[in-house]
Amino acid sequence: MSTVVSLEKYIHNDLVRRVEELSGQDLLACYQCGECSAGCPAAFAMDLLPSQVIRLLQLGQVEEVLNSATIWFCAACQTCYARCPKGVDLSRIMEALRELAMERDGDTLKHTEIPKEELEAFPQQAIIAGFRKYTL
Amino acid sequence: MPVKRALIIGAGIAGMQAALDIANAGYEVVLVERLPSIGGRMHQLSETFPTLDCAQCILTPRMVEVGHHENIRLYTYSEVESVEGEVGDFRVRIRRHPAYVNWDICTGCGICQEKCPKRVLSTDFERGMGKRKAIYTLSPQAVPNKPVIDAENCIYFQRGKCRVCERFCPTGAIDFEQKESFFEERVGAIIVATGYDLLPLEELGEYGAGQIPDVIDGLAFERLLSASGPTAGKIRRPSDGKEPKTVVFVQCAGSRDPEHHMPYCSKICCMYTAKHAMLYKHRVHDGQAIVFYIDIRSAGKGYEEFVQRAITEDRVLYIRGKVARIYQEDGKVIVRGVDTLSGKQVEVAADMVVLAVAMVPRITTRALAEKLGIEVDEHGFLVEADGNLNPVETNRPGIFLAGAGAGPKDIPETVSQASGAAGKVLSLFSQWE
Amino acid sequence: MKISYFPGCTLNTKGKGFDRSVREAMAALGVELVELPDWNCCGASFPLLVDNVLDLVGPARVLINTAARDNKLTTACTTCYNVLKRTNRVLREDENIRERLNYFVEADYQGQVEVSDILQLIRDEVGFEKVKEAVKKPLNGLRVASYYGCMVLRPPREVAYDDPENPHALDDLMAALGAEPVRWGAKAECCGNYLVARKPEVAMEMSYRVLSSASRAGAEVIVANCPLCQFNLDRWQRDLTLTHGGFEPIPVLYFTQLLAIALGLDPGGYELEKHYVDPRPLLESKGLI
Repeated sequence: MSTVVSLEKYIHNDLVRRVEELSGQDLLACYQCGECSAGCPAAFAMDLLPSQVIRLLQLGQVEEVLNSATIWFCAACQTCYARCPKGVDLSRIMEALRELAMERDGDTLKHTEIPKEELEAFPQQAIIAGFRKYTL
Repeated sequence: MPVKRALIIGAGIAGMQAALDIANAGYEVVLVERLPSIGGRMHQLSETFPTLDCAQCILTPRMVEVGHHENIRLYTYSEVESVEGEVGDFRVRIRRHPAYVNWDICTGCGICQEKCPKRVLSTDFERGMGKRKAIYTLSPQAVPNKPVIDAENCIYFQRGKCRVCERFCPTGAIDFEQKESFFEERVGAIIVATGYDLLPLEELGEYGAGQIPDVIDGLAFERLLSASGPTAGKIRRPSDGKEPKTVVFVQCAGSRDPEHHMPYCSKICCMYTAKHAMLYKHRVHDGQAIVFYIDIRSAGKGYEEFVQRAITEDRVLYIRGKVARIYQEDGKVIVRGVDTLSGKQVEVAADMVVLAVAMVPRITTRALAEKLGIEVDEHGFLVEADGNLNPVETNRPGIFLAGAGAGPKDIPETVSQASGAAGKVLSLFSQWE
Repeated sequence: MKISYFPGCTLNTKGKGFDRSVREAMAALGVELVELPDWNCCGASFPLLVDNVLDLVGPARVLINTAARDNKLTTACTTCYNVLKRTNRVLREDENIRERLNYFVEADYQGQVEVSDILQLIRDEVGFEKVKEAVKKPLNGLRVASYYGCMVLRPPREVAYDDPENPHALDDLMAALGAEPVRWGAKAECCGNYLVARKPEVAMEMSYRVLSSASRAGAEVIVANCPLCQFNLDRWQRDLTLTHGGFEPIPVLYFTQLLAIALGLDPGGYELEKHYVDPRPLLESKGLI
């Protein structure tokens, strides 16, 4: 993660617009209170806090966000959305970002990568939901 | 001939200021207060920001002045029933609740309160931090210093036996038969100064929904801080009476939250939270005060300096981020927040939490506005004729606004608006020669 | 009463013990669950992109099939509940998506089916008082942590039938069965959901936080309402004893298993032996099995 941000990326950024279109969320509605980050149960595993993801998007830094691990650790529990004072559905933004990342890099879950014993142990819904979230 | 008298509804600091301004100019004021004593919210406060004046010390002389002023006719424990007429000639009907005490002969000696066997949690004035009796005055400095009987909690009213207060009253002032009474007044102008309330803690599900005893609101903390409060100014947490060593203050609890609560900034919380944290440190030297904030809004004379003093002199830890959840565990109050500046989640096991909950208008304001024929906004705050150039007038000629009933305000702003409204009334009177 | 019932993929396979406890307990409470014929998978997660119409076909088909027979549908898998409830809401409120879906599936569905979760059905149609009267083997003294997870609570406006921050329906049911519900902080925290498919260690840590909260509150057992929550909470406990010092395993049951036991039913078919942390010693020690 660089500590320098180029704001030239900011004004005309088609990728930011795509995130908004795919997610249906207004990124500028967020005023960065941080409540999403405060309550996120998966934040310990994230390199960017949920509110930082939105902030970077507000600054046009889509690439940095797409390279972040955070988008893969959102479990869509919607705790953030339930509490967001501005009604921003961050899990929809995360889904849009996963979509864009997979358009760029391909699927991130292959059934061959799941150990056979786990594949047999997992409840069906874990596998179905996993493939829906981690493959195009 | 227009009537050069004014009605003021609400006797908090706004209504009192306006009443004194008008009365001192030589005109009569009819001052109506819903509670048994004047003084309003300021009467509940410990100290005021940014000067840390003792609120009682600067307020009570004014309360006494209002109580004794020859031009002020005081109706406490009363509400405006109806208003007819128009500017210059309003006819006002006032309903006074039965106090079950004949105030004309009561001397305010206080024996009745001392002897009354029924102790009740004071949810109104003490915000649940202390108790009162079933016959009570709001505070020892109440004006008028005359008690009322709370029939819902009075043993005699509930079970038909007791009458201890009556037995001990040296002047025979107790009157269980007293009924509500009505009064008519004619006035030429009206000032509405109905004040504010706080969003109930029950509304804040993620902050414990009012079910965690050691999570309290800012006014409750004022009562703990107040030297004349239920703990005599000692900081004691409600659950077990222990001195809390870690206290978390949460700003924007219900404010700036259009999705669930109030969309607006409540304006006073940044400052009173800094004051709370500071005063807590003054009382508990080895305690830790932690403030969670989103933005610090300290626009006002001496305000930013005050906040900085809390941080540097009193070592209050300010953490930038909104708290997501508060719950109880092992006798502690767990606060889960974030520090967005460092990008870290923060968890604090606190002894007590003070929520700076949103300011809301009094629930009765809407109905009163209807009686007066003036407007309230979507949240129930009274609406000014023009926010820019007519901030103390309403759309109805002769009716003016003062204080937090028209939107969140601190004390200096409230007093300024009250004097402004009084000036408007006086200017009107001077045109009626 | 009779009501259409959607088991869902997991209850039809890995979660058979859950399914059986649901059917038997509901029968004992006088509710006949009529399995929806020819049902299909709901998709196991609600699609979150704006253009999600194709992903909604599956759950929409379930609702449309229901509408041909019944105006009510219940399910015990809370993930299915979440997906079906939200899909139904979209069908009710979004005219554009409704038209497109009806066109795909060749139907004319307006969102008229009422979707309920089985706990909601027990609370609202049976009533906890009636449950209490039907108890044959009270769970006396069993300290239960009621775990709600995400699916019946969030997003609140779309799915919650309980207080989303301080839910209590499951606690109330457990109290009606004679158990002692503990007050704990993590009852609505996420277990890790589908993260388990890609990063099990993250789901494991998330589950650990839930489990340790329950233990700190003095719970002897956790009850869950979702097969994936049950799995995530149950599956990794042996590993957690190695990675988290002082961690003590705690059995994770489906709430309907305890319900059925309390109603005096034979838990033989509830696959208690398949749980990773064997709940039987605890249940035996309490005289419940």
